Amino acid sequence: MLVKTAPDIRSADITDKKLYLARREFIRAAAATTVGAAAGVLGVGAAEAQSWPRVKIPGALKDSGWGKGEKPNAYQDITTYNNFYEFGTEKEDPAANAHTLKTTPWTVKIDGLVSKPADYHLEDIVKPEALEERVYRLRCVERWSMVIPWVGFPLANLLKRVEPRSNAKFVEFTTLLNQQQMPGTRRDVLQWPYVEGLRLDEAMHPLTILAVGLYGEYLPNQNGAPIRLVVPWKYGFKSIKSIVRIRLTDREPMNSWQLSAPHEYGFYSNVNPERDHPRWSQARERRIGEFFMRPTLIFNGYGDQVASLYAGMDLKRYY
Amino acid sequence: MKLLVFAAALVPFAHLLWRGFNGDLTADPLVEITNETGIWTLRFVVITLAITPIRRASGWNPVIRVRRMLGLFAFFYGMLHFLTYLVGDRFASLDFPDGFVAWSTLVNLLASIWEDVAKRPYITVGFIAFVSMIPLALTSTAGWIRRLGGRNWQRLHRLIYLTGIAGVTHYWWRVKADTLHPAIYAGIIALLLGYRLALSIKRRKGSRVPSSGSRFEVAPGTPSASE
Repeated sequence: MLVKTAPDIRSADITDKKLYLARREFIRAAAATTVGAAAGVLGVGAAEAQSWPRVKIPGALKDSGWGKGEKPNAYQDITTYNNFYEFGTEKEDPAANAHTLKTTPWTVKIDGLVSKPADYHLEDIVKPEALEERVYRLRCVERWSMVIPWVGFPLANLLKRVEPRSNAKFVEFTTLLNQQQMPGTRRDVLQWPYVEGLRLDEAMHPLTILAVGLYGEYLPNQNGAPIRLVVPWKYGFKSIKSIVRIRLTDREPMNSWQLSAPHEYGFYSNVNPERDHPRWSQARERRIGEFFMRPTLIFNGYGDQVASLYAGMDLKRYY
Repeated sequence: MKLLVFAAALVPFAHLLWRGFNGDLTADPLVEITNETGIWTLRFVVITLAITPIRRASGWNPVIRVRRMLGLFAFFYGMLHFLTYLVGDRFASLDFPDGFVAWSTLVNLLASIWEDVAKRPYITVGFIAFVSMIPLALTSTAGWIRRLGGRNWQRLHRLIYLTGIAGVTHYWWRVKADTLHPAIYAGIIALLLGYRLALSIKRRKGSRVPSSGSRFEVAPGTPSASE
C-alpha cells in the first residue's frame, strides 16, 4: 500500500485565526440574512415576534364579578388582531407599528362643562382608583368578537371627581394625534384626530370603564395604551384608544366613523342584530377562535343593564 | 417559460398553506384567507389583461403563450375565494335545524347565498366577477376555440373586461375607509381597458394597426378558425 506523506503546510497558508473567525461570522450572518429574508417573504415568524414589553400591574385587582363563565380569548389574539388605524389599516399593523407610541409621560386634558378642568397626569387619574378586572365581550362592527379581561375602573368615578356642570349632556373623547409616533395618521384615512362620544348617562353607567390593562398587565400600545374607553354594549370602534382629551359638552359630538360614513355608522352604535350595516348583516358574529358564527345579541348581551337607557327610542333610527 | 410561470403562480397558494400550517393566518384565518385569495384573483385578472399591451409594446410575442394559464389562475384563486366565502361565511352562519347532513342544510345554504347576492351590492358585483370567469375557464381549451371559431371565442373572452371592472368594484365597496389600494387597482384596470378602447377607436378610423397578421389574438399554437 502506498502511503503518501502529507505535504508541509507553509505557515503563510494557514488562515489567521481572527480572519477565520471573521469569515465564519460573515457566513453565519449571510445565512441568517438569507433565511431571514426568505422567512420575511414567506411571512414566517410574524406570529411569534412579540416586541412589546409586558408589565404586570402591581397590587391585587378587585374582582368585579363581570364575565363569569366567559372564556377569554388568547392574549396573542387580543394583542395582534387590532383596529387602530393610527398605526395602519390592517389588523396586524398596530402590533407591528405601535412601539413608536410614547405613553410616558401622559396627560389627559379634561375640560368643557366641568368644575375642575385641568391637564391631568395619568398617575393622578389612575392612582385614586381601585383597579378591577372586567371580563367583557367585545363586538366589532366587522362581525367578529372576542372576550377580553380588561383591567380598569368606572369612568363615572373620574367624571364625578371633575364635577360635570348641570348643563353637561355629552362626553367627547379624543385620541392622541402625532404623525411621528403614529404612521397611519400621515394619510387621511379618517379625519384625525380620532374622536368618539357618549351621552352623559351612558358615560356614567357602571359598565362603562376606562381600561389601563388586560390580562393583569398594562395595555400594550396596540390595544390603546396607556388609557382607553371600554363600552361593552356598543360596537368596538366606540371604545376609543389612547385618550388625551375628555370634554364635557351640551351638544352631541360627531364621532370619526360617523363623519366618515354617516349612513353606516351612527352616534349610538349600540350592538344590534336587527339593524344591518348597509353592507353586511349584523345578525351573527364570529367569536375569534370559533368556526360557526354565533347569533349576535341586542346590546351585545348587556340588555339587562343598559336597555333602560334607550327606553322609547327607535334603535333603527338612532343607530 | 410556461413551467416557470406555473410555479410562480402557485406561490401565493403555497404561501397560504404554509402560513396555515404555522398558525400564522391572524386571529381570524377565514377572513385572512378570503382577503388573500380575493386580492390574488384580482392580481391575476390584472396580469392577464396586461399581457396584450405588454406584447404590443415590447414586440415580445412569446408572452402570449402564458396568457391562458394566467387567466386560469385568476379563476383558480377566484374559486378558492368563492369557496372560502361559501364555507366560512355562508355555511358557518347557518342554523342546522335537522343536523348538518340534511336536505335543509343545502336549501338554506343556497337561499343564504342568493339572499346575500341579491341584497348586498358588494357581494353582487363580486359574484358577477366570479361567474363571468366560469365560461372563460370552460372554453379555454383548443377544442373550444375551434368549436366557437376564433372570432366568437375572442368576443366571448372579452368578458374578462367585465371581470376586471366588477372585481375591482367589489374590492372598493368592501373596504371600510381606506380606499387607497382599490383605487390603485382601479387605476391600473382603467389604463388596461383604456388602452384597448383607444386601439379600437384607432381601428375604426381606418388606420391599420401593425400586428402579426391577425386582428384578434388567439394564442399561437392553438388553431384559429377565423383566419
